[in-house]
Amino acid sequence: MPITPDEKKRLKNIAQELRLTMIDVMAWSGGAHIGGSLSIADILTILYFKYLNVKPDDPQWEDRDRFILSKGHSAAGFIPVLAKKGYFPEEELRSFNHFGSPFAMHPDSNKVIGCDVSTGSLGHGLSMAVGLGLGARYLGKTYKIVCLLGDGECCEGSVWEAAMALSHFRLKNVIPVVDRNRLMIDGFTEDIMALEPFADKWRAFGFEVLEVNGHDFDELAAAFDKAWAAGEDAGDSGGSGESGKAGEAGNAGDAVKTAKSGKTGGKPVMILANTVKGKGVDFMENNVVYHYASGDSALCEKAKASIMRES
Amino acid sequence: MSVITGTNWTAYDAATMTAREIYGRTLAEMGKTNDKIVGVTADLAKTTAIVHFANAYPDRFFNVGIAEQNLFGISAGLAKAGLIPFASTMAVFACLRAGEQIRTDIAYQNLPVKIIATHAGISFGHAGTTHHCTEDFAVMRSIANMTVICPADGIETSRAVRACVDIPGPVYIRIGRGFEPPCYKDENYDFEIGKAVTMRDGTDLTIICCGIAVLQSLEAAKTLAEQDGLFYASSTCIPSSPSTGKRSLRPLPKPAASSPSRSTMWSAASGTPSPP
Repeated sequence: MPITPDEKKRLKNIAQELRLTMIDVMAWSGGAHIGGSLSIADILTILYFKYLNVKPDDPQWEDRDRFILSKGHSAAGFIPVLAKKGYFPEEELRSFNHFGSPFAMHPDSNKVIGCDVSTGSLGHGLSMAVGLGLGARYLGKTYKIVCLLGDGECCEGSVWEAAMALSHFRLKNVIPVVDRNRLMIDGFTEDIMALEPFADKWRAFGFEVLEVNGHDFDELAAAFDKAWAAGEDAGDSGGSGESGKAGEAGNAGDAVKTAKSGKTGGKPVMILANTVKGKGVDFMENNVVYHYASGDSALCEKAKASIMRES
Repeated sequence: MSVITGTNWTAYDAATMTAREIYGRTLAEMGKTNDKIVGVTADLAKTTAIVHFANAYPDRFFNVGIAEQNLFGISAGLAKAGLIPFASTMAVFACLRAGEQIRTDIAYQNLPVKIIATHAGISFGHAGTTHHCTEDFAVMRSIANMTVICPADGIETSRAVRACVDIPGPVYIRIGRGFEPPCYKDENYDFEIGKAVTMRDGTDLTIICCGIAVLQSLEAAKTLAEQDGLFYASSTCIPSSPSTGKRSLRPLPKPAASSPSRSTMWSAASGTPSPP
């Protein structure tokens, strides 16, 4: 369903507030992965304030949708959205990176309320999403699992192991989203290790690729609507199957029974979100220096002024 | 049917089956009463014998192809969904190829993934170094929350596989490839994860060991007692070292029943995982 003008305005306001909080976190924490946090601000906003079915007052609710920040270094963007959603008071963000704080550079599911999965080492999130998807399907649960990856992260071979499995098992309850901001620590992805033709790589792995502007709420909503709809039949697909004749262990000629790959029709959907690293702060946009940065009060004020001008 | 393990095979069968074969059959039986148990492998269903579980419960068995990092990441996700995954591959691919997934995805989040690794040590000798794994104790014992178990034979493998389900966190059980002669007469002994088993009492010497060394140590104790005049050489099997409150090979479990003044032979199959 197309997004209404009022809803768009509401989401834009939340995303703007979120970006301002990220700048605060950068100051309070002494340094943050600000560029890649700003690039996902709009994706996080639309997920937490339109799509994800979660209950901040019951964070472990069994049927909640799950969110996995596979690009865990963007905790400075992710943890503030949890605060904004009401999992804990925003005031607590002042402890970010401080000794004893639950909040640090990478999100820890043992400590951060509302964080479903610990991440930080790249290339791990999508495999865990696939496991959750298989588990949900086996248990007859209909919740969705959204996994947000970085584009640079996709250099990791394990991402493609997971993509292969996601596609093989036709896990339409898992929605991978890639933050295509085109920068990694050492420079542009295409200079360091080329990802292009990136969408074709995902297509070749069996996905229907929805390429969108990751800062445009209309485009994001259209993509998530489609991804959510594709997942509607996830609960009843799969089940027991036999890929070949059952055999005793050690009989090399016999195939092993394994879970069926799911319904044959329809491909899993992934969203390739073209974004701008540092989005919303003019001097940080597309600037490799702001992959990770700290800021004094003057720099933070300058950044906030830029965010305010964006609206 | 055995009262202790609930299995429908006997110690006689254990004298003819490999530990992995016993593992696969034990797991398939456990699946009957526990529908939270799921199986995962990376194209080694037959090799690790988890195929017995796969064929009994194909709807909860997932073969991820030759992709060990994905194997353990998926296992972490399955555990996050509320299930108890048994993930099997060769020891070297578990602890080295996918060591980070085990440490970070599974152990760091203290998830109840049960890693049953076969072909440990040099038990796959003729395969060459690529398939040996002499590092797994060092790797797994150093990982927070991990319970490490090294059963002495097939009978103890069955006891360990059954017992590990009750541990809320991750467990690593390492077994070999081939047939190992049993060192227990039957399943009627006091197996508890983290507790040593006194195999033989003595007064002059204590041998502490685990895994396939237990049988050898019993032979050594016998020889020492008979030939070298050591009055009673003893042996203790320490099969496991638990983490917090559990037992296995880390830290070293306490001796079973013997007093410190007496020498014994312990078998240590398991130890306690240390706190994170």
